[in-house]
Amino acid sequence: MIGADAIVKCLEEEGVTTVFGYPGVAICPFYNSILESDIRTILIRTEQNAAHAANGVSRITGKPGVCAVTSGPGATNVITGIATAFADSIPLICITGQVNSELLGSDVFQEADITGAVESFVKYSYLVKNVNDIPRVFKEAFHIANTGRRGPVLIDVPIDIQNATISKFKYPETVSLRTYKPTVKGNAVQIKKVVKELEKAKRPIICAGGGVLLSGAEEELRLFAEAHNIPVVSTMMGIGVMPTDHPLYFRMVGNNGKAYANRAMNESDLLIMVGARVADRAVNQPDMITRNKVLVHIDVDPAEIGKNAGPTIPLVGDAKHIFEDLKNEEFSCNCGEWIETLKGYRRTMAAKRNPNPAYVDPAAFIMRLTEKMQEDAVYVADVGQNQIWSCGYVKVRNGKFFTTGGMGTMGYSIPAAMGVKVAEPDRQVVAVCGDGSFQMSMMELATMCQHHIPVKIVVLKNNYLGMVRQYQHFTYQDQYSVVDLSGSPDLEKLSAAYGIPFLRLESMEKCDETIEAFLEKDESMLLECVIDPMDLV
Amino acid sequence: MQKKVFQLLVNNTSGVLSRISGLFARRGYNVESITAGVTSDSRITRITIVASGDDEILEQIEKQVAKLEDVRNIKELKPEKSVYRELIMVKVRATAEQRQGVISVADIFRAKIIDIAPESLMIELTGNQQKIDAFIGLLEGYEILELARTGIAGLGRGTEPVVRFD
Repeated sequence: MIGADAIVKCLEEEGVTTVFGYPGVAICPFYNSILESDIRTILIRTEQNAAHAANGVSRITGKPGVCAVTSGPGATNVITGIATAFADSIPLICITGQVNSELLGSDVFQEADITGAVESFVKYSYLVKNVNDIPRVFKEAFHIANTGRRGPVLIDVPIDIQNATISKFKYPETVSLRTYKPTVKGNAVQIKKVVKELEKAKRPIICAGGGVLLSGAEEELRLFAEAHNIPVVSTMMGIGVMPTDHPLYFRMVGNNGKAYANRAMNESDLLIMVGARVADRAVNQPDMITRNKVLVHIDVDPAEIGKNAGPTIPLVGDAKHIFEDLKNEEFSCNCGEWIETLKGYRRTMAAKRNPNPAYVDPAAFIMRLTEKMQEDAVYVADVGQNQIWSCGYVKVRNGKFFTTGGMGTMGYSIPAAMGVKVAEPDRQVVAVCGDGSFQMSMMELATMCQHHIPVKIVVLKNNYLGMVRQYQHFTYQDQYSVVDLSGSPDLEKLSAAYGIPFLRLESMEKCDETIEAFLEKDESMLLECVIDPMDLV
Repeated sequence: MQKKVFQLLVNNTSGVLSRISGLFARRGYNVESITAGVTSDSRITRITIVASGDDEILEQIEKQVAKLEDVRNIKELKPEKSVYRELIMVKVRATAEQRQGVISVADIFRAKIIDIAPESLMIELTGNQQKIDAFIGLLEGYEILELARTGIAGLGRGTEPVVRFD
């Protein structure tokens, strides 16, 4: 058995079913060994998307997605995908081929110091220098990626190590990492303090971030909120924590969130932040969330607590454990009046749009689309105006909503949606992007065709980089610079070139039947929605 | 395999140490110690690196380090033309009966006792590496509780090698 066989064996031991990647000489031993395995390999069309696709797998399964690319440019291309996963705390295993270990540091063909280059975007990285380390390294890597605050781990394997004979393969059952022991269980004393505050509170609110989804604590959180009648708002990464129409859910906070959600958070007297970083997009002025209120901050990463806003009660631990513990606490919380106030805010403060009837209204379209999607469908939003409309108008029921809130990487939605569909083929998966973000990933249409990954794609087309155009509209009084997307391909012809069915919606007139036709079959389809180029989120 | 001591004069900017240590990591060079501190000119930091490797590697180290934008000057501090010093602090378990023995070893090495507790002594010693290794060797009869070594700092002898910047 050689190192490359051992790597494949490790992936099998971890239950990996799919590897996304792009081969090159330095990773060829691995891609040769994987032929003997049942693990599915998918040739992505650019390495960044291999990481995004693995990201999609990870989000839907809760287990690290895996990608494998070659050395040098293969490795450097994957960095944006790794950084995206890191910003959103998504567990990922990224295997990179590397030049012969004897030649490391000598700038030979396709050598890149990838462990050095990704240093600030990975939870951890390995450069394997001894073939016998492979089982331990992989065991540790999966453990590190998917425990505590999750994140990407990169394993760089020189080609001679992949080809070296391994003396004995034994996959370790446990890991022993002296310096890595994340706290998952909340401190009992702190939990009691939270309960005491909840008893006193008249206007409590929970703000749920992506950490709740990563911990798989949606149900625990919802049951807790229902049991005590506590309203819930979410960050962008927290969308889907509760069904959008749940009476206790008041949607997304932040710069691009709902005014009534922000008001609810600001007027609360007890704010429970859970699995959220309190970063600038969600909380524009951190002092607002500490003013006149008790702030409880729950996070599995102790470094997040107090980083952007000082908490009154810090509570380190995994959201699922903490809500399970809170469930066992008996207390009464009387906030019926508060809920009524918030419902009033929702009625009176909902943003009014004046859509141009000559075009598709993205807000109404997204509402109709998500109403017609299957109950447990997955909606993957890209980045740009389309993302903000998606966040604002999506209706999540028992499905999922995925997007990259941390890094905001354009082109995320199509490869991530492919990852979701590969991992759970029975789910309906829809990627919604703009014409800018679509063109950052449109090469993956070939991957979808080659590997039969029936993802549905909506392109909200306005011929602009809309989010930047909007910024230039407000900041530079309509002096547009480098945001015009003229020259974009005819999407109908492009779809035909790939053999993908195509639909176009030009106004709201035929909205329902077009959406129905779009969603009808479990096959790839591209739906172009022509939207007003001057529309604002 | 041999050892060389390099003196670097670098811009006193944030991140400069990480650029240099990053270079050593990515090219797989061996470092025995690295010390850094600002010079009398606050724009300049002096870094002393002890590196090991064969002749070709050591030559590469010098060239690669010299190439870094923030490095103003690098030169080898040759043993015969330089003075090296390292400082150590060592905490030794010593009961009242053992204390005198430790103190007399320290005296011979002109080390200083810098803290005394009922059960332990803390000693500071400055010297070249041979002296420090010999001292630590003699303390091995006692229980060393904690040891801190700074790594070596060095300067060339005389006025000849002084590098100045405008």
